[in-house]
Amino acid sequence: MTFALFVQYALSGITVGSVYAIVAIGFNIIYCTTGIINFAQGEFLIVGAMTAISLAQVAPLPVAILGAVLITTALGAVVELVFIRQVRNASVLRLIIITIGLSILIREAMLHVWDEQVRSLPYFTGTAVSTVTLLGAHISPQVLWVLGVSAVIVTALTLFFRYTTTGRAMRACADDRMAARLCGVNDRWMVTLSFMLSAGIGALAGCVVSPITQTQYDMGAPLAIKGFTVAILGGLGNSMAAVAAGLFLGLLEAFVVSVLPASYKEVVALVVLLLILVFRPSGLFARRETSALRAA
Amino acid sequence: MRTRLAGILGVLAVGCAVLLCGCEKEPEAPAPQQQAKDKTPPAAQKAPDAKPAADATPIKVGAIFAVTGGASFLGAPEAKTAEMFVEKVNQAGGVQGHKIELLVRDSGGKAENAISLARQLIDENKVLAIIGPSTSGETLQIKSICQEGKTILLSCAAAEKIVNPIVSYVFKTPQKDSDAARRIFQTMKDLNITKVGVVISNDGFGVAGGEELAKLAPEYGMTIAGSETYATTDTDLTGVLTKIKGLDVQAVINWSIVPAQSLVAKNMKQIGLDVPLFQSHGFGNIKYVQAGGEAANGTIFPCGRLLVANVLPDNHPQKKVLVEYKTDYETRYKEDASTFGGHAYDALLLLVEAVEKAGSVESAQVRDALETLQGVVGTGGIFNLSAQDHNGLDQNAFEMLTVKDGQFAVYQK
Repeated sequence: MTFALFVQYALSGITVGSVYAIVAIGFNIIYCTTGIINFAQGEFLIVGAMTAISLAQVAPLPVAILGAVLITTALGAVVELVFIRQVRNASVLRLIIITIGLSILIREAMLHVWDEQVRSLPYFTGTAVSTVTLLGAHISPQVLWVLGVSAVIVTALTLFFRYTTTGRAMRACADDRMAARLCGVNDRWMVTLSFMLSAGIGALAGCVVSPITQTQYDMGAPLAIKGFTVAILGGLGNSMAAVAAGLFLGLLEAFVVSVLPASYKEVVALVVLLLILVFRPSGLFARRETSALRAA
Repeated sequence: MRTRLAGILGVLAVGCAVLLCGCEKEPEAPAPQQQAKDKTPPAAQKAPDAKPAADATPIKVGAIFAVTGGASFLGAPEAKTAEMFVEKVNQAGGVQGHKIELLVRDSGGKAENAISLARQLIDENKVLAIIGPSTSGETLQIKSICQEGKTILLSCAAAEKIVNPIVSYVFKTPQKDSDAARRIFQTMKDLNITKVGVVISNDGFGVAGGEELAKLAPEYGMTIAGSETYATTDTDLTGVLTKIKGLDVQAVINWSIVPAQSLVAKNMKQIGLDVPLFQSHGFGNIKYVQAGGEAANGTIFPCGRLLVANVLPDNHPQKKVLVEYKTDYETRYKEDASTFGGHAYDALLLLVEAVEKAGSVESAQVRDALETLQGVVGTGGIFNLSAQDHNGLDQNAFEMLTVKDGQFAVYQK
């Protein structure tokens, strides 16, 4: 393998990995406050991207994306208020089943609002054929956008969860809801807020990856499965780790393709996931004690 | 954590089961059959009278299309075309005095749905023929069911395996994979290309196409330096294409029907793989060109003439059919006609011609008549069917097209 080709594989891995990572971040927010996995996260992504594509026909791109994020955030709130909050004695498993139902509902609704055709947002910089050259290899500028937006989201989230009262209250709900409530935290609104945040970030992610992956009404599920894998790989609840795990999985897949037929790459990804679940169930980057605390 | 995951898996399994059972079951409409029972002698019930029936019993034609799901870009225009075609025939008085009753079923592109729908159409609805399914995978699954049920199947899917080996009741209207591969290789030969990389999708269409390419390459002096398969749900193909790039190829052939067709074009440009891109006849949908943007320009692919109907010379035998179909479809549905809808048009056209020729609505006789149809001008080409050829199209059914400034154009060297 020549050096340029090696770099090209690495860049290809980063392209795929950046998409995985940005999808995985959304899973973590809701998990952080409620302990549930939101299986409708993939649909939030597609709703965001589709809305932005529609809005982009009448408004400039940044406005369209902002609008799409706001609309999807509102959708997140509606979903929580109408479905999740109404469930009495909600066990984690029951809530997860509800999110699976929601994902089907949203997907079918999207089929009716938009049709089955594949669409995509325009590239943020340049066009489909522009590339950035790096050490003799090429990468689409959109990948840099995805990485940049991921970095901004992760930094903002970390600051938010660590230093703001609301962020701390949300984390408190995750640790012990009763105790948080006794301290005067409005736990119900924290859950609503986590859904809104997660939907909004999902929408932003959907918009940024749309030029790379293209957008179709039923693409949410496959994207979400990869995002979910990555979230577990990194350690649920840790956004920084999710990005690292996303890039790790992307690079792993790219280099698997370089030595094995491409059809084997999913197998390798799943084997890695199984190994992680058996030997390090708290994720690649999590410390055992913290995750034990969280699982309790 | 462990119990939670086990729970999630359980839920997913239940979800799948629910989805599978969810396929619609329409109550049978016994009325027309009841009429038939009253008017035809009991002995002739299984095989109705060979002479044109005097009563206007509708001819039941089933249609299995992937109206929703990943292959909906095939199934949706096919279903729309079929409805339009049947309406037109019925308005003109039907076939041999019979109206056509079209029963459209949505398979969602899933073979397991296609199987149960085919059984239902054959056993419960007792249709004369089934048109569709939209995809090769589905068709190959129901090939034997239709054969056993002695029901004519006019598939709208492309794979060669559908009619090779031949079974007596199964036909198909799209052009052959092997002819598409031949046209691609011939064009490459003219461009002095000898070393190519192949990427295919891991579905029925892609795999069948990959086999044809591998089989025919030596005949044209081509070397396939590498052949890679990607998942239909893949959202980025730079990895696979990097591997192809490392093989120093002179051209890339992509064989699939999924949106990845636009991704291949984009990703090739993005990783600086600057060689001509050839695609299969699955590329014949302007949406893929739009999704590929600037990167789709210069793509070369074989395709039926529908996409260039308006620029065909007036004396071209297909001109009239193509322009008429295109205009009808586009005025009615306000969207661009695609070659896929044309496959459904051709399937119904052949069926109607066969019923006319047989002068019967009995399945064995219509089947025999299908095998004798000659020179039927359809959207996909000119059909010359025989007992050895259940497709009836040859290489000339294809035109090599290219993309110029985001539009389809006839390819010229």
